[in-house]
Amino acid sequence: MATATEHAPSPTRQGPKIPVLEREKLILNGRSYHWITERICGVLENRQPFLWWLLFLPSALIAMVGVGLGLTYLVSTGVGVWGMSNRVFWGWDITNFVFWIGIGHAGTLISAVLFLTRQNWRTSINRAAEAMTIFAVMCAGIFPAFHVGRVWMAWFLAPIPNSNAVWQNFKSPLLWDVFAVSTYFTISLIFWYLGMVPDLATIRDRCKPGLRKMLYGIFSLGWRGGNRQWSHYEMAYLLLAALSTPLVLSVHSVVSFDFATSIVPGWHTTIFPPYFVAGAIFGGFAMVLTIMVPARQLYGLHDLITMKHIDNMAKIILLTGTIVGYAYLMELFVAYYSGAKYEMDAFKFRITGPYWWAYLAMMSCNVLSPQLFWFKACRENLWVVMGVAMAVNIGMWFERFVIIVTTLARMFLPGDWKTYNPSYVEMALFIGTIGMFLALFLLFLRFLPCINIAEVKWTLPESDPHHDDHHDHPDQGVETVAAYQHELHGKGAVESKA
Amino acid sequence: MSTTRKRVYGYLAEFPSASALYKAAEKVRDAGFRKWDCHTPYPVHGLDGAMGLKRSILPWFVFFGGMLGTATGFGLAYITQVEIYPTVVQGKPTNIFTVPAFFPIMFELTILFSGFTTLFGLLALMKLPRLNHPLFASRQFHRATDDAFFIAVEARDPKFSPDGTRKFLEDIGGKSIELVEEED
Repeated sequence: MATATEHAPSPTRQGPKIPVLEREKLILNGRSYHWITERICGVLENRQPFLWWLLFLPSALIAMVGVGLGLTYLVSTGVGVWGMSNRVFWGWDITNFVFWIGIGHAGTLISAVLFLTRQNWRTSINRAAEAMTIFAVMCAGIFPAFHVGRVWMAWFLAPIPNSNAVWQNFKSPLLWDVFAVSTYFTISLIFWYLGMVPDLATIRDRCKPGLRKMLYGIFSLGWRGGNRQWSHYEMAYLLLAALSTPLVLSVHSVVSFDFATSIVPGWHTTIFPPYFVAGAIFGGFAMVLTIMVPARQLYGLHDLITMKHIDNMAKIILLTGTIVGYAYLMELFVAYYSGAKYEMDAFKFRITGPYWWAYLAMMSCNVLSPQLFWFKACRENLWVVMGVAMAVNIGMWFERFVIIVTTLARMFLPGDWKTYNPSYVEMALFIGTIGMFLALFLLFLRFLPCINIAEVKWTLPESDPHHDDHHDHPDQGVETVAAYQHELHGKGAVESKA
Repeated sequence: MSTTRKRVYGYLAEFPSASALYKAAEKVRDAGFRKWDCHTPYPVHGLDGAMGLKRSILPWFVFFGGMLGTATGFGLAYITQVEIYPTVVQGKPTNIFTVPAFFPIMFELTILFSGFTTLFGLLALMKLPRLNHPLFASRQFHRATDDAFFIAVEARDPKFSPDGTRKFLEDIGGKSIELVEEED
């Protein structure tokens, strides 16, 4: 339509403006800083909704009965109360350990890796995800601590003088695990706490004088928002993010070494470290969604945790789920292609052996269900999102069960083959840890800011001191459009709550 | 009338937005003040440069802390497994070639020591915890952690003068300028 004789339009041209994709708004409805403070602090300052009590009391009870009584019975009677025996020495205990550690990894990924890749949408979810990590690692730590049998001798793990004059075996992946998981817990705790200091100061400044103000005051360390402090604080945050990234990759790799460094077919494979790490991120994000979608609904956080956030998390689940599915198929392919008899048989037993139903659950929950997230309609429908997230949680538990139990049930000597069934004590302990996780998370919602207040404010456009410096902006002929939110708005799917 | 002697801490001035604060901070820096700070609810991008602050030296602490961790991990594993009580496991050697087996522990201790150094180094550099500070006596300061932007110029600064500094802060856009006093 434009002929050769027409000139290119000048910067202040006439004519239709070109729509250009803009960054999605991370906070909807143009909320102010004060609104953000009020909304997030309101979660912990106002009376908790009835649903909080409805979830907390049973969870706390289940935790006390399952974990408290279960462990007491275990330690007082002996590890025989569990279902493990020759040769399935690891069952639900290590399955649960790897399950909970894996869940923790998403929190660190959101905090550290998404920070380094400058994904500002992480600011609405990173506090709750980090809390989830802390609580998941606490639940995980119970299992290796108590599965040793004689728990009162657990101090043998520490390199201190003992009457046997023996040192620990630092070449063993079981001891590497001790170092990795303790380091992971400590660093996650430091990162979570330092991230909370400015927010605890915000809550302190809103408290009336009294015990609450004193406690929040102590834990906020006297923070006053001075830029001289922010300068060092931001450097520390960057350093911790840079440290946590290789940590999250290494911790689950070290956990996978518990299996990969053995010689048993089905375990002795180099695919385990990346397979476990991808699976951990996959399962962790599913747990983040499982807790964030209801929390957002319950506390009216729709403007802070938007559909775009959920969309992004669903896409990450799709990506990591596909990687995990690829790993499953590669395992099968290499087992076949290698021609190694024991490897081929190990996988035949997974598919057709006594635990074929667990393998089916694993495949359908982990490989098939996240594929729904290719479809935008599924990513936008919160019921589908929750359903897939729950399916993934279950599927990831079954993955660890399949890896551990089917392999141990069918090792080299046919005379050793044995099926394993969990005892009621093991089941009670696992359900107890689920209750413990939920109870701790609900307590976190009750007492601590569930969203990073300072970081969320930082993501607002007006937080950048240069955002209104557009005197000589070249793109005056364009019209910016936030495509995803525009589309959602057109469908009436965006909720704008006051 | 109160008879307690009070020392002046300095002036506290509020600014309407991050951009206003940024521009004002540049002026305060250029005027030669040294003992002053900006107080914001979140870290304002570029404010370090506007205030003339140098980059934090925390990374140096963390680097050496981390290297200490690596050395500790190596020392712990090597000395116990190879020197003091050579621990033969599955016939594998107990000499310098065992070192690759120690890498996970060396790596984890590097990160652990780095993390602790970050935490304690940060607290030392920020000079926190400091639960009491003259600025907390101000009636408006509680908004520094909510939605307001402040500049606080301390009386300890050689360029401070009771009238001159107040006028200066008004000129660069400061509002509700408050003289903050500390109890003696």
